[in-house]
Amino acid sequence: MTDDKHIIDQAANEEYKYGFVTDVDTHILPKGLNEGVIREISRLKGEPQWLLDFRLKAYAHWITLEQPSWGHLTLPPIDYQSISYYAAPRQKKDPATHQIDPELVKTFDKLGIPLEERMALSGMAVDAIMDSVSVRTTYSERLAELGVIFCSISEAVRDYPDLVRRYLGSVVPYTDNYFAALNSAVFSDGSFVYIPKGVRCPMELSSYFRINAAQTGQFERTLIVADDDSYVSYLEGCTAPMRDENQLHAAIVEILVEDRAEVKYSTVQNWYPGDKDGNGGILNLVTKRGLCRGDYSKLSWTQVETGSAVTWKYPSCVLAGEGSVGEFYSVALTRNYQQADTGTKMIHLGRNSSSTIVSKGISAGHSQNSYRGLVKIAPKAVGCRNYTQCDSLLLSDTSGAHTFPVIEVDNDTSVVEHEATTSKINEEQIFYCNQRGISTEDAVGLIVNGYAKEVMQKLPMEFAVEAQKLLSVSLEGSVG
Amino acid sequence: MDNLLEIKNLRASIEDKEILRGVNLTVRAGEVHAIMGPNGSGKSTLSAVLTGNPAYTVTGGEVTFSGKDLLALSPEDRAHEGLFLSFQYPVEIPGVSMVNFMRAAVNAKREYLGQEPLSATEFLKLMRERRTVVQLDNKLAGRAVNEGFSGGEKKRNEIFQMAMLEPRLSILDETDSGLDIDALRIVASGVNQLKSQDNATIVITHYQRLLDYIKPDFVHILYKGRIVMSAGPELALELEEKGYDWIKEKVDHEG
Repeated sequence: MTDDKHIIDQAANEEYKYGFVTDVDTHILPKGLNEGVIREISRLKGEPQWLLDFRLKAYAHWITLEQPSWGHLTLPPIDYQSISYYAAPRQKKDPATHQIDPELVKTFDKLGIPLEERMALSGMAVDAIMDSVSVRTTYSERLAELGVIFCSISEAVRDYPDLVRRYLGSVVPYTDNYFAALNSAVFSDGSFVYIPKGVRCPMELSSYFRINAAQTGQFERTLIVADDDSYVSYLEGCTAPMRDENQLHAAIVEILVEDRAEVKYSTVQNWYPGDKDGNGGILNLVTKRGLCRGDYSKLSWTQVETGSAVTWKYPSCVLAGEGSVGEFYSVALTRNYQQADTGTKMIHLGRNSSSTIVSKGISAGHSQNSYRGLVKIAPKAVGCRNYTQCDSLLLSDTSGAHTFPVIEVDNDTSVVEHEATTSKINEEQIFYCNQRGISTEDAVGLIVNGYAKEVMQKLPMEFAVEAQKLLSVSLEGSVG
Repeated sequence: MDNLLEIKNLRASIEDKEILRGVNLTVRAGEVHAIMGPNGSGKSTLSAVLTGNPAYTVTGGEVTFSGKDLLALSPEDRAHEGLFLSFQYPVEIPGVSMVNFMRAAVNAKREYLGQEPLSATEFLKLMRERRTVVQLDNKLAGRAVNEGFSGGEKKRNEIFQMAMLEPRLSILDETDSGLDIDALRIVASGVNQLKSQDNATIVITHYQRLLDYIKPDFVHILYKGRIVMSAGPELALELEEKGYDWIKEKVDHEG
């Protein structure tokens, strides 16, 4: 298969499409982390005392912790004192018109994210975040008419302090894990969503995260609250410039789902994955968790992960409500020297709660791709169900696929099913496509998209098309 | 008339085992050729080598297709030039719908020929039209490539793809194997509807049965990697009656 080898070489040189840097004047805090830095972040953001206290408690806890090492990952050593914890683009705002800095508009345009509402085609509301601050949230006013709050978390702290104070850290406490503690101490911006009782949010809400400044970390924090009988679909996208050094991204997403409410959370993660030799790239160390507190509430996570040098993330559901439903649909594609250790936790506490896990790993090049999952059914959570399907597809002999499923069932009325497969991309399928005139690259794209279809069709339409393209592009020449 | 396909002294091997040992064959537009022969004589290898299956290595000889050096072309370019193989065992591609698969194939060919891609509407219309050739229903478009297809449906699906791609030369590799008589009729009728003075067909088969429906102009016998006998359609009837032993004897004796 010399042709394939040739294509691999091409793919290795494939440029990351979003690797550009925006030339914008940025206010960056000096590198290093200590109490003074945290006070400064809080001061810059004009935060109330309670939030500063929250940060300081988190920091005090963080310094007592060790970075976890249980992942099937080789993490480069992270020097937390050589990172800057706050970077804000200084916007050249025209005070008369409240126009956004044209450079930032250009940046997001280039990423396909329109900041001007009249330009938006799909009627999707966007919170665009560059480095540590939210640049613009669209459609906020229109959503406000329905009582939907969609704004940056900094604005929420200012405008809805009671709501934020009530829910912040209620699903992911700062004591949860090392990176959660770090995020709680230094988190910069992120999105806040509140859907009031009985409201079905009429448009997709989305945040777009962009790292721009060098030698900074991004620590965003997203909080979504869906009150009784409400519904929202939320999308998250991310990119970063190409740099030789690793950049740290340690985010928290907390979701609260009340009685009969439903939240769909979709992610297309395309952080810079590093170059073909494994230099640079984002270290994506993220804690995402939802609490289905309400009876018959539902939370569905869908993720398409193609970026980052290292991914460590387990979007989870705590199914506390009776009859609550948790879902996790994931496609994780790794190539070159990327490492992904990702999966989910489904914690069944409520009676008759059910969960579904569909995980599709695709490994190419020298990458390592692991599924790690926990299905736990508490003694009192009778009549629960879980179905897990965990598939791995290998595109090269030098890549690895691993699964670490843990199942703990503490009653005898619950049913747990687990299916797993590992396969190698089939040369007969590729030749069949070739014979019909489809090139090997396009064939691999088709076959992998077919393999991932079950997950892709869970994505909202506009996102699905993007994600399909992303999978095909990321795969160019990955067979060998 | 110009030769559509000209094979000269073609030799090929798989994993260092020589299978084709000097095949010669000429096919002109408008002709139907049947290639018959006992198991292991190299029939499927011939179709695999002509279409560029990377599992085989060409060790000698040349092949000209529409005046071009076929062996120098990639498998997909051979397809774009008008070479089509109806696979003996069509492979399943889970999750890839027939409509996406065929659209990729048709538009890749159009791009190669410098034509605009078909719009979704034009493409779906073409698909509707062509699936009737082998009596496939409208569920076809949404089904994944060959997944969950019965043996007969898989072969009909091959001929449907042939109808979509309008090849100049089609190779039917044991298209009759595993078909009941009704499916055989549908498949053969499809092939006959697509026949014209501008294209040609090579039918690889063990049995006379298929040749009752797809009438060959020439019948060749492939044995031990060589075409050892060529004649008109009467040869197939003779084989049906006498089997291959007399040919094996004759060839082996002549050494």
